[in-house]
Amino acid sequence: MNLTDEEQAMRAGAFGPLRQWAIEHQIKVGSYLGAADFVPVSQAHIMADTESLGEAGVAWLEGWTRLPPDQRRVRIPTISDPRGTDFAAAARLKQQPWMLEREQRAIAVFEALGVLMTDTCINYQTIMPPVRGEHVAYGDTGVVIYSNSVCGARSNFEGGPSALGAGLTGRTPRYGFHLDAHRRATLLVRVGFSPRELDEWGALGGIVGRLAGDYWQVPAVVGVDRVPTSDEMKHFGAALASYGSVALFHMVGITPEAQRLEDVASPTMHTRDVGEADIRAFQQSYTRDIGAVDVVVFSAPQLSLIEMRQLADLLDGRHATIPLLAVTSPQVKPDADRLGLTARIEAAGGTVLAGMCFYQSYAREVREANGWQRLATNSAKLTNILGGYGYRPVLMSMAVCVETACAGGRIGP
Amino acid sequence: MHYARAGMGRLVRGQALVAKDGFSARYDLDRVRGVFSRPEHKLAGQSFLGRVLVLDAAKGGVATAWMLHEMTARGIMPAALVLNAVNPIMVQGAALADFTMISGFDLDITAAIPDGALVEVDPGERPCIRVLA
Repeated sequence: MNLTDEEQAMRAGAFGPLRQWAIEHQIKVGSYLGAADFVPVSQAHIMADTESLGEAGVAWLEGWTRLPPDQRRVRIPTISDPRGTDFAAAARLKQQPWMLEREQRAIAVFEALGVLMTDTCINYQTIMPPVRGEHVAYGDTGVVIYSNSVCGARSNFEGGPSALGAGLTGRTPRYGFHLDAHRRATLLVRVGFSPRELDEWGALGGIVGRLAGDYWQVPAVVGVDRVPTSDEMKHFGAALASYGSVALFHMVGITPEAQRLEDVASPTMHTRDVGEADIRAFQQSYTRDIGAVDVVVFSAPQLSLIEMRQLADLLDGRHATIPLLAVTSPQVKPDADRLGLTARIEAAGGTVLAGMCFYQSYAREVREANGWQRLATNSAKLTNILGGYGYRPVLMSMAVCVETACAGGRIGP
Repeated sequence: MHYARAGMGRLVRGQALVAKDGFSARYDLDRVRGVFSRPEHKLAGQSFLGRVLVLDAAKGGVATAWMLHEMTARGIMPAALVLNAVNPIMVQGAALADFTMISGFDLDITAAIPDGALVEVDPGERPCIRVLA
């Protein structure tokens, strides 16, 4: 990789050992992926739940906090993805003290590094959405795909170590979706049915993700009959990223880089059709042979204020007789409290959690401690992840999830 | 001998565990027991300890970037990862964990390597995988 004088000095240790590690790590990654040089980035977003970090990761990070502040603090605005718990509700999830202690240690590290602990995966709805053409270094696949596709920003998937590296150096290797050449469509998806419910948007994302197949594929979707809302784009993108490891999509006539198909079409693009039957089959593949569930979870991505309102409306005058968890961001939670939404959800037997994500919160241990196995959600992303943690996830609309929670977990009439 | 477009880590030998399926540490693995745990995965129930995983594409989210490091620290690891298509997360995770990985072939590597074969993965100047027995 071509390095500027400053980058060479960083590599030589002139800015301390942490920035030296950071740029060495970035050079290793950039060299593997064919980056010619670095590109300056304006923000970084770090995913670092302690289940992923483990004891080894937390201890490794703690080693850097002994450096003086000028050597350890990030150079650009750097924010955090959801944590592994909501300390106020950890007992209700039956999380263990060692999990909370490890979380506290990780939080202390990131605060010492100058990270803003926003604890959110919906920063594009709540903190500061990136602008078209803005180069950023975001973690959380849902954040990346929304920022690239809906906002027109430029980011690759930056896992925790690389996002931290970008925060410390203020740059990232220029490969993948920082380059025009990688942003053209490789797959044209003709949609014959426009989803209405959020779980249907997630199902469509999951189907397109499976069709796309890997990170370097860029689907262009045509045939959507209206402009989706931010929450609909959120569920579509999160599922697409989860099932396909995809980081960028275009929705022709809707997303900013694809006002016309010709704007993004490539000569090698192949075409696939997706209809309502595909979406129903996708949903039914999860509900098959499951007559009841043990828990209902709304999470992944965290709920917007609008979703919190929808949930509160659905629960009014009802009572959930199995656990019902609603996970939102620390930015949305105060508004939900102020507007009475939290009180309405909890009066109906639900539990509102903030600053965490269900699957990033020791999901296997929480399942074992609570005796949960069958789980209903309206998040296709969550259904994709939780199978590996021993759950049997069911994908249903928010309304049907609420019905199910109020019927003791029994699905259907 | 099959050449890859990129590689990192050190030369390793091990028994290949092959499937035309994806790889994500969070989505697919029980990292405590050292087995593939996602029921839909073609290697569900099989141990990955010390094996050279030959798979199709990197999948899933960003957690693998930390998890390879965490698994290495506990010694609950495959020997190497060989992929048709990599994503940045696998590269970032392998870089942090100093883990051996090669990727990008002119053929479908999951069809070229027999399951159970003894293989050598060389991530050096010309990254490659060769079947020894």
